Amino acid sequence: MTVEIRTTGVKPIRNAFTHLEKRFGDKNATRYQESAYDIQPLVNFHYKPLWEPDRDLYDVRRTAVVMKDWYALKDPRQYYYGAYTITRSKQQDALDRQLDFVEKRDLLRSLPLAARQQLVTALIALRHYEFGANMNNSHMAAYGFGTIFTQAAMMNCMDRLGMAQHLSRIGLLTDGNTGESLTEGKRQWMDEAAWQGVRRETERLFVTRDWFELHVAQNLVADGLVYPLFYQQFDAAFAAQNGSALSSLTDYLMRWYDETNRWVEAIVKTAATESAENATLISGWTTKWRDAWVAALQPIASQILGDKGTSALDAVTTAFNTRAGKLGLKL
Amino acid sequence: MAADGNMKPAKKLSLKENYAMLTRGLDWEPTYQKKEDIFRMIDFEGIKIHDWDKWEDPFRLTMDAYWKYQGEKERKLYAIIDAFQQGNGQFNVTDARYLQALKIFLTGIVELEYASHRGFCMLGREFPGAGPRIAAQMQSIDELRHCTTQIHAISHYSKYFEGMANFPEQFDRVWYLSIPKSFFEDACTSGPFEFIVAISFAFEYVLTNLAFMPWMSGAAFNGDMSTVSFGFSAQSDEARHMTLGIEVIKFLLEQDPANVALVQKWIDKWFWRGYRLLALLATMMDYVLPKRVMSWGEAWTIYYEENGGALFADLARYGIKPPKYADVTIKEKGRVSHEMWSVFYANRDAVNFSTWLPSEEEMAWFSEKYPDTFDKYYRPRFEHWRQLEKEGKPFTCKCLPQLCQVCQWPCLYTEPDDATEFLHRETEYKGETFHFCSDGCKDIFADEPEKYVHAWLPVNQIYQGNCFLPGVDPTAPDFNPLVEALKYMGLKPGVDGGLLKDSIDAQRWEQWTSRPANIHEGAYTDFVRKTTNG
Ligand SMILES: [Fe+2]
Ligand SMILES: [Fe+2]
Ligand SMILES: [Zn+2]
Repeated sequence: MTVEIRTTGVKPIRNAFTHLEKRFGDKNATRYQESAYDIQPLVNFHYKPLWEPDRDLYDVRRTAVVMKDWYALKDPRQYYYGAYTITRSKQQDALDRQLDFVEKRDLLRSLPLAARQQLVTALIALRHYEFGANMNNSHMAAYGFGTIFTQAAMMNCMDRLGMAQHLSRIGLLTDGNTGESLTEGKRQWMDEAAWQGVRRETERLFVTRDWFELHVAQNLVADGLVYPLFYQQFDAAFAAQNGSALSSLTDYLMRWYDETNRWVEAIVKTAATESAENATLISGWTTKWRDAWVAALQPIASQILGDKGTSALDAVTTAFNTRAGKLGLKL
Repeated sequence: MAADGNMKPAKKLSLKENYAMLTRGLDWEPTYQKKEDIFRMIDFEGIKIHDWDKWEDPFRLTMDAYWKYQGEKERKLYAIIDAFQQGNGQFNVTDARYLQALKIFLTGIVELEYASHRGFCMLGREFPGAGPRIAAQMQSIDELRHCTTQIHAISHYSKYFEGMANFPEQFDRVWYLSIPKSFFEDACTSGPFEFIVAISFAFEYVLTNLAFMPWMSGAAFNGDMSTVSFGFSAQSDEARHMTLGIEVIKFLLEQDPANVALVQKWIDKWFWRGYRLLALLATMMDYVLPKRVMSWGEAWTIYYEENGGALFADLARYGIKPPKYADVTIKEKGRVSHEMWSVFYANRDAVNFSTWLPSEEEMAWFSEKYPDTFDKYYRPRFEHWRQLEKEGKPFTCKCLPQLCQVCQWPCLYTEPDDATEFLHRETEYKGETFHFCSDGCKDIFADEPEKYVHAWLPVNQIYQGNCFLPGVDPTAPDFNPLVEALKYMGLKPGVDGGLLKDSIDAQRWEQWTSRPANIHEGAYTDFVRKTTNG
C-alpha cells in the first residue's frame, strides 16, 4: 500500500504518553522512560492475596521505607529489556573470547594442583552465593513497589544466574569439564567451617521480607564486601603467585559489579536523601548487615589469604564504609 | 582433580551436558533456616510434591545463550520499529477503524503482560526447586519484554491518535478494562500452583494460539507492521512458555494422585475465565478489524474444539476431563461477538474507542459465517439501530449494566439453549445478592466466595460514589456520578468513545491520508470526497 500524506507537515498531536508528559513535559520520551514509569497498577485492586490477605497485590507497606514517589528510584543505566539484553550479549561476546583463550591454552588446568585447589576453595563455592542473590533479587522484583525498581531487580536477578554460571565455567576450565571442581566447591560450601558464616548469612537473607532491606543487605552490603574481597584482594594475591590467567575471567565479574553498583547506589542514595527517617532506617540496616557479613567473611578471608586475610578484609570494609558515607548513610 | 603432568584433553560437552554442568548442584539445601520459612507459599493450596527434581527447567537455556538470542531478536525488532516510525507507518494501516483495535490492545493487553511478569517473578522466588524457579524467572523477564516492546511498538500511534495516551491509568479505572485486570489479579492473588495452572496451562497452552494467530494475522492483514513485528518476535518466547505449561501439568499430575482433583478444578475455572476474557478478542476479530482473518466461530472451532479436543484426549490417561462448560462455549460461538459488540455500541460513550454499525456487506459476511444465528437474532437489531442512526437519534444505553461478579462482563449473555433469553444467575452470600453472567462464573464464585466478594466492580463503585476525582463533592446538588465517573476513567466526551464517524480520529485520518476512516462506510468528510471526486 502506498501512503499519500497530503501535507508534508502532519504534526503529532502529542509527543509523549500522558503519564510521561506529567513528569517530563510534552516532549519525546526515551524508550527507558516508556518502559519504566507508572506501568505497575496503583489502585482498584480486586482481591486479597491468598498468600498475604492483609496486603494488596502491589503494596507500599512491604517495606518500611517511605517514598513520596516510588518512581524516583531510577536506574542510571536506563536499562529497558532491549538495552539490557543487547548490552549483556555484547559483553558476553567479549567474555567468550577470554574463555576461549584460557581454554585453548589450558591456562587454568595447567596451574599447579595447590593453586587449582586454592581457586576452587575461594571461587567455586561462590556459585551458591550468586544463586542465593538470584533468589533474593527475584524477591525484590516480585514484591517491590514500582516498575522502575522492580524491572531493574528482575535484570539483576537474571544477572546473578549468569554469574553463577560464569563461576561454574571457571570451575570447568579448572577441572577439564569433569565437574569435579563443582562437586568439591559444593562440598566445601556445605561442610567446611570457613564457609559457614557466609552460608548462614545468605540463608538469613532468604527470610528477610522487607524488599528494600533485602536490596541493602544483598546488593549493597554483601556484594560490597564479597566482590572486592574475592575478585580483587584474592585475585591479586593469586595472580602474584600464578600469573593473570584467572584475572582475565574475574575481570568480567568486577566490571559487572562496577556497572551494577551505579544502580545499587542510586537506589540507596535517592531513598536515603528523601527523608531523615529513611536515612536512619537504611543506615541501621547497613550497619547491622555490614557487621554480620564482616564477621561471616573473616574465616574464609583467612583461609584463602592466610595472614593477609584480616588486613584485606579490613581494607575492603574501610572502602565500603567510605562508599556508604558518600550515599548519605551514617554507620 | 588430576595431579600435575598427566593432562588428557578436556572433555567436550554437548549443549545439554553444558547446561547440566553449569547448573549442577546449584540449588540451596538450607540448614540454618527452615525450608518452610524460606518457601512459605507452597503448602497452603494442598498440592503434594514428593520430588522437585522431577521438574526440570524445560527451557535449558544458560544466561549467555539467553542474552545473545534475545539480544539479537531485540536488535531486529527495534530496527523495524525505528523504520516504521521514520516512515510514518501509522498511516499504512487500513483505516482509522483499525486503530480502535490498537486502543483496546494497548489499554487492555499490555498490562496483562506486565501482570504476568510479576506473577511469574513470584514463582521464581517461591518454588523450592531450582529448575522450576529458573524457568519461572525466564518467563517472567520474557513477559517484561512483551510489555516493554508492546509499549514501544504502539507508542508512535499514540502520538497521532487519541485513546492510547493514558493507558496505565485507564487500565486501573475504565469499567470494561476490569475484565482483563480482574482476570490476572485473580491469578496473581492465588497460590503459586493455581497461578501456573491458570496462566501457563489454561491460558498459554490451551488458549494462546487462539489469541495469537488471529490477532497477529489481523495486524498483518491490516498493514500494521509494528504490531506484527513484536508479535512474531514474541512467538519463540511463547513457544517456550507453552512447553512450560504442558510440562507443569504433567509434573503435577504425576507427583500425586491427590493432585488430580485440584488441577481439574483449576482447569475448569481458568478455562472458563480465559474464555470469557477472550470474548474481547472475539469482538475485535468480528467487528473491529476492517479486514478480517477468520471469524471467531471458525477460530474457536479450529483452535479450541479441534486442537483442544486432542489435548484433553491425551490428558485423559491422568484422569483429566475436558473443562466443565466447554459445551457452552460451543453453543455460544455463534453469538458472543454479536452480543458483546451490541454492549459496546450501546455504551459507546463510556469506552476509550469508537464504535459503528456493521455495513450491509459486513452483515452479508456475518450471515455467511454465522448462518444459524446472525440473520435470526442480530441482523434485525443492527438494521433497527441503523435506521435510528439515520433518523439522527442513535440508540444508546441510558443506564449502567449489571456486571458479573466474577468475569466482570455486563450480564448480557444469553441462555446457552435460547439465544432470545438473557441469562442471569444470582446467589445469596452473607445476606447480599451477587450476580453472574453464566453458570461457569456462578460456580467459580461458589467455590471461593470470600475471594470474589472483594472484586472491584466498576458499576457498583460508581453507584457507591467511589469513582470521582479528588476535589469533587458528591453531596453537591448538581453532582452527576456518571459524568464524574467518565472523568475518573480518563475519558473525554467528544474525544474518546462515541460513533467513529463523529470522532476526531476519523476526521484527522481523512484529512491526513485522504482515505476513508472506515473502509466499509466510505468517506465521512470532504477531505476524502474532494480527493475522490477531483
Ligand atoms: Fe507474553
Ligand atoms: Fe507468555
Ligand atoms: Zn461472568
